[in-house]
Amino acid sequence: MGDRRDGDQGDKGGIVLTEEQKRRRRARSIAIALVLGALVLLFYAITIVRLGPNVLTRPL
Amino acid sequence: MSLMSPGVGLPSHAVADSAHLEPSLAGVDDFIALMKPRVMSLVVFTAFVGLLVAPGHLHPVLGVGALICIAVGAGAAGALNMWYDADIDALMARTARRPIPAGRVTRGEALGFGITLAFGSVVVLGLVANWIAAGLLAFTIFFYAVIYTMWLKRRTPQNIVIGGAAGAFPPMIGWAAATGGTGLEAVFLFLIIFLWTPPHFWALALCRAGDYERAGVPMLPVVAGTRETVRQIRLYAIALLPVAIAPWLIGSAGPLYGATAAGAGAALLVLAWRVTGGGREAKALFGYSILYLFVLFAVLLIDHALFGSLAAGAQAVG
Repeated sequence: MGDRRDGDQGDKGGIVLTEEQKRRRRARSIAIALVLGALVLLFYAITIVRLGPNVLTRPL
Repeated sequence: MSLMSPGVGLPSHAVADSAHLEPSLAGVDDFIALMKPRVMSLVVFTAFVGLLVAPGHLHPVLGVGALICIAVGAGAAGALNMWYDADIDALMARTARRPIPAGRVTRGEALGFGITLAFGSVVVLGLVANWIAAGLLAFTIFFYAVIYTMWLKRRTPQNIVIGGAAGAFPPMIGWAAATGGTGLEAVFLFLIIFLWTPPHFWALALCRAGDYERAGVPMLPVVAGTRETVRQIRLYAIALLPVAIAPWLIGSAGPLYGATAAGAGAALLVLAWRVTGGGREAKALFGYSILYLFVLFAVLLIDHALFGSLAAGAQAVG
């Protein structure tokens, strides 16, 4: 990673991300969050549809 | 070739075993590209048609869920294909800018992405629709990633003929999602795409023969030459015509579909006969073949909406 900048963390031997790497990581994080949110909605809708009226017929 | 061997011509970032220690360079668009969105769109469309023209009924929410699973499964197969083929992708102009050869995604990232999507799409499809459809999806991913990509592609000029089955399964998966099984009509939908694949892909291969030769991929134009490829393109175009018309002939599709299949198939034959090499005619055939399949399935859907003939036919058969 020739374009990696050495900052405070770099001096301590850690990996310091470039601005571009930070931007891409942020974009990936947002995309994962959106996909997870969409999956939650999808699974909820599918569960309701598959249960149908049975959701009301349960032993008390 | 070892499954994890570094690829020829790949940037070190893409193949280094220690790549997981490096910060990822991948953007969201790179992961989308791994899923081959253009291929995925045709897969989703044909699966959608298979699902809708099937005699069974699936709640719209479950139908959307099933289509998402089929799309993601197709994306998984694409990612696994790019993971394995990264070395030869780097050698071909058409594929050199894909995420792995371009050095933006490591092979490990693509492999993990593909396996995760494959597992998730199959399990969720089983829960959303049924396990027959999920089994077909799993087999399709396996067929594309292992049978076609790992086994056939680098060994035989019949690679895309046999491998074409992977692209032909989606309407069957859609059908199975709706009905819990398969039927004669679903088999014809499979056969249409199966026989369509060779003229479609070999038209492209004629234009890109140099690329395939450089990468050592034994595509038909490289191994058998232009004349033999053109001959086989025409043979498959001839075989496709009656198979495409068959749903109308057996009474499971209406006259609108029958007329469209005959006309579009005749046009495909004309274009196939014009091809003499990897020039403009081959590009025209390649472009038209995509339109052909889209039109055929779209008209099948319209025909079904107008006449409901597939459902009636299937009930009569069943």
